[in-house]
Amino acid sequence: MQKTVSLTVNGKPATATVEGRTLLVQLLRENLGLTGTHVGCDTSQCGACVVHVDGEAIKACTLLAVQAEGRNVLTIEGVADGDTLHPMQEAFRNNHALQCGFCTPGMVMSALDLVKNNPKPTEKEVREYLEGNLCRCTGYHNIVLAIIEGATVMRGETPPVAPHGPAHGVAAE
Amino acid sequence: MADGSIGTPAIGASVRRREDYRFLTGQGTYTDDINRPGQVYAYILRSPHANARIGGIDTSAAASSPGVVAVFTGKDLEADGIGGLPCGWLINSKDGSPMAEPPHPVLVTDRVRHVGDHIAVVIAETLGQARDAAERIDIDYAVEPAVVDSVAALRPGAPLVWEQAPGNVCYDWHLGDSAAVETAIGKAARVVKLDLVNNRLVPNAMEPRAAIGEFNRATGEYTLYTTSQNPHVIRLLMGAFVLHIPEARLRVVAPDVGGGFGSKIYHYAEEAIVTWAAAKVRRPIKWTADRSESFMSDAHGRDHVTHVELALDADAKFLALKVSTLANMGAYLSTFSTCIPTYLYGTLLAGTYTTPAIYVETKAVFTNTVPVDAYRGAGRPEATFLLERIVDLAADELGIDPAELRRRNFIARDAFPYQTPVALQYDSGDYQTTLDMAMEAAGYAGFEARRREAAGRGKLRGIGIATYIEACGIAPSAVVGSLGARAGLFESAAVRVHPTGSVSILTGSHSHGQGHETTFAQLVSDHLGIPIDSIEIVHGDTAKIPYGMGTYGSRSLAVGGSAIIKAMDKVIAKGRKIAAHLLEAAEADIEFKDGEFTVAGTDRSKSLGEVALTAYVPHNFPHDELEPGLDETAFYDPKNFTFPSGAHIAEIEIDPDTGHLTVLNFTASDDFGRIVNPMIVAGQVHGGLAQGIGQALLEGCVYDTETGQLLTGSYNDYAMPRAADFPNFVLSTHVTLCTHNPLGVKGCGEAGAIGAPAAIANAIVDALKHLGVRHVEMPATPERLWRTIQEHQTRAAAD
Repeated sequence: MQKTVSLTVNGKPATATVEGRTLLVQLLRENLGLTGTHVGCDTSQCGACVVHVDGEAIKACTLLAVQAEGRNVLTIEGVADGDTLHPMQEAFRNNHALQCGFCTPGMVMSALDLVKNNPKPTEKEVREYLEGNLCRCTGYHNIVLAIIEGATVMRGETPPVAPHGPAHGVAAE
Repeated sequence: MADGSIGTPAIGASVRRREDYRFLTGQGTYTDDINRPGQVYAYILRSPHANARIGGIDTSAAASSPGVVAVFTGKDLEADGIGGLPCGWLINSKDGSPMAEPPHPVLVTDRVRHVGDHIAVVIAETLGQARDAAERIDIDYAVEPAVVDSVAALRPGAPLVWEQAPGNVCYDWHLGDSAAVETAIGKAARVVKLDLVNNRLVPNAMEPRAAIGEFNRATGEYTLYTTSQNPHVIRLLMGAFVLHIPEARLRVVAPDVGGGFGSKIYHYAEEAIVTWAAAKVRRPIKWTADRSESFMSDAHGRDHVTHVELALDADAKFLALKVSTLANMGAYLSTFSTCIPTYLYGTLLAGTYTTPAIYVETKAVFTNTVPVDAYRGAGRPEATFLLERIVDLAADELGIDPAELRRRNFIARDAFPYQTPVALQYDSGDYQTTLDMAMEAAGYAGFEARRREAAGRGKLRGIGIATYIEACGIAPSAVVGSLGARAGLFESAAVRVHPTGSVSILTGSHSHGQGHETTFAQLVSDHLGIPIDSIEIVHGDTAKIPYGMGTYGSRSLAVGGSAIIKAMDKVIAKGRKIAAHLLEAAEADIEFKDGEFTVAGTDRSKSLGEVALTAYVPHNFPHDELEPGLDETAFYDPKNFTFPSGAHIAEIEIDPDTGHLTVLNFTASDDFGRIVNPMIVAGQVHGGLAQGIGQALLEGCVYDTETGQLLTGSYNDYAMPRAADFPNFVLSTHVTLCTHNPLGVKGCGEAGAIGAPAAIANAIVDALKHLGVRHVEMPATPERLWRTIQEHQTRAAAD
């Protein structure tokens, strides 16, 4: 049975006709063409589909599309300011916190949620918070560094020197 | 986005990745992100049984279900003369007979041989409709007993997976000098023995496999979009062996791919199904695995059962190594499955040591499980694990520090080139230095104080060393051909200098996270003296790239990068001729440096851009000598493997009351030859370490031994490593150059996964050896550790 859902996505009104069983992540990807939100599992473990709904991080595979009626959804496509990366995105880039990029949108959305609730997370807090996001490429090392750097910039502070050296500098040895 | 664009910070700089912007903003294009006009969806019906005869398949109800476009079974494929999936490497047994090579049908017809085996495909307007209809397919199964582990499969009376493979043996292979090994064992001062298991793993790239098949009625051309590490290989295998489509009418595109780790090398049934069926239904067809399907259809990794013996003389010098391994192949031979437990395993058993006599035998065994093939490291982690475990055990038995025993047996840094007794010739390395660096960084000398401090808190602390060697830069075609490979393993590259001086590099390597768009651009920037922003790296599309063998075995830079260098050298050679003409100088007097062709000893020069413009607007051009244009292709076939090496040290702590283990420190010192982008190299090591530590502590694929059901079929059951499972990693690199490729590079993609399992296992045994523990199998879960501690404490109390 088809239903029409109206919601706000990345600040713009959106409407889609979906089945009762359609998940929010399917609505975003298939109806709205917002393919930055990924599906990496079928048990709500991997976190590749994390988006913000009314300001809260949520796995978009755990919500039916019809449950998003009238709600405000932010996806990875809505995070940057035009062509300028959000400080958290920039920190991911600066710290080589992504390789294949598949988990990355969910990681960034989770990182933003963490910093919203805990503006100055410790390494341990970051690692524990990422319990719901799987990455197979990075060993999480650089993701943790990136989130700490992103949080620092979001607080308006100057981050420590990037562990990989300046972005264009010649590396040691 | 313009990144890394200032000047030409080429080789050795941590240039931030050019690919990141699209991934960070949700603009990557993975296969499942692609939608084609008129697209329909495929759902694959898979076997719920491990071994069953199929009496009949009734698809009539499914075919008349809402939205269904077509239902196909193996009989439909058979009727069209569709072939099976080929195996790319022939292994001969000890007696010279070829391996048992049973068919590998795209869809089965009369029997299923593992849970997840492909039976039928339903194609419908929506995925939901296809899935609903598949539930209405009626199959008459006669379920029979199954066998899932290699030991059980060899027992008399075990269920037979294939009539063509008596005793379930695929091949019984060996390498090395058995007589020399037996003689050495006979006169050894000590022989150390160990039985161990290399646990079965599921690769679990975060992007599930996906494929879109498309057929153009007007041109007769097929297009396959697929999650592949090597689109040309898929075109060759699927076109030539399965669907019989000439290369010129088959385009394979592997767009952004979300991780591979080996699992996306192989040609899979779903690729053939959507391509073939697209022509049948005259609509593009999309298939995307859900994670449960990935668990039961992606090729698995490892799964060895091994007995190893190490003979030592009175000075603790290694005299001989004897290894006997059972390798589980699963129910079918995946594309490169057969070479993994043989030529990518047995040949690595010298490791970093001077062991003069080595003998290895590998029996490959069919079981009712998903096929097993290369997974990050592929054979080399298995070799390293047994070697580094037996070396540590020998150190313990002899009362020698594990670092000292390794030092006594290392191949000396001045002994290269070094010929091992198992076929390989190492070109360069410096194993003592990487070990020294790792020991220094890990605070090895001060460990005993930390052990005592931990003991004071009731915790068991251990430290473990693993050194490793790997054979990368795969591979010299003539060598692998003589060993049974049915493919060449060169790489190709085209360097297309455009009229205004920008450059497109068409590479046969494929990036699925490795950052080639950045690293390769650094190479080109360095070699041609042009800004990174002027360089475009193109990969992953057979319609754009001349040819390619793809990315696996840490080969992209060593083989693919070398091909790019070779093609650039051709561009420069032609550019010198053009510049000589323009500058009215002798070609021999033209030097090329920093993007300028200069008459030696003068300030007269032409830039690469000026030369390119002349090549494409050839008004003043040496037409009798040269063709217009500046576009060169090269193929590079490596002269040898490359041999990255290193030392990894793990420090762990176990709570004996719960078995809970914490990785406190992990130190890796690696020799990858020349490093182009240290940031990307560090990232590769981090990821490899996480997979290696995951194997050691968390991951294990489990089948029910009675029913053959896959018990670890989702992330609820298969323990994927998470951020809190790791400490920050401590890395360093030491450089000995590869001597036989133009860049001196060795490769870094697999090192972490190769060294880490043994380092962790050695640390665990170090923590528990006072209880009499000699070995702990992987994954060393809290339960396994707790039981091990309990059993040994009980045994000690009884004694």
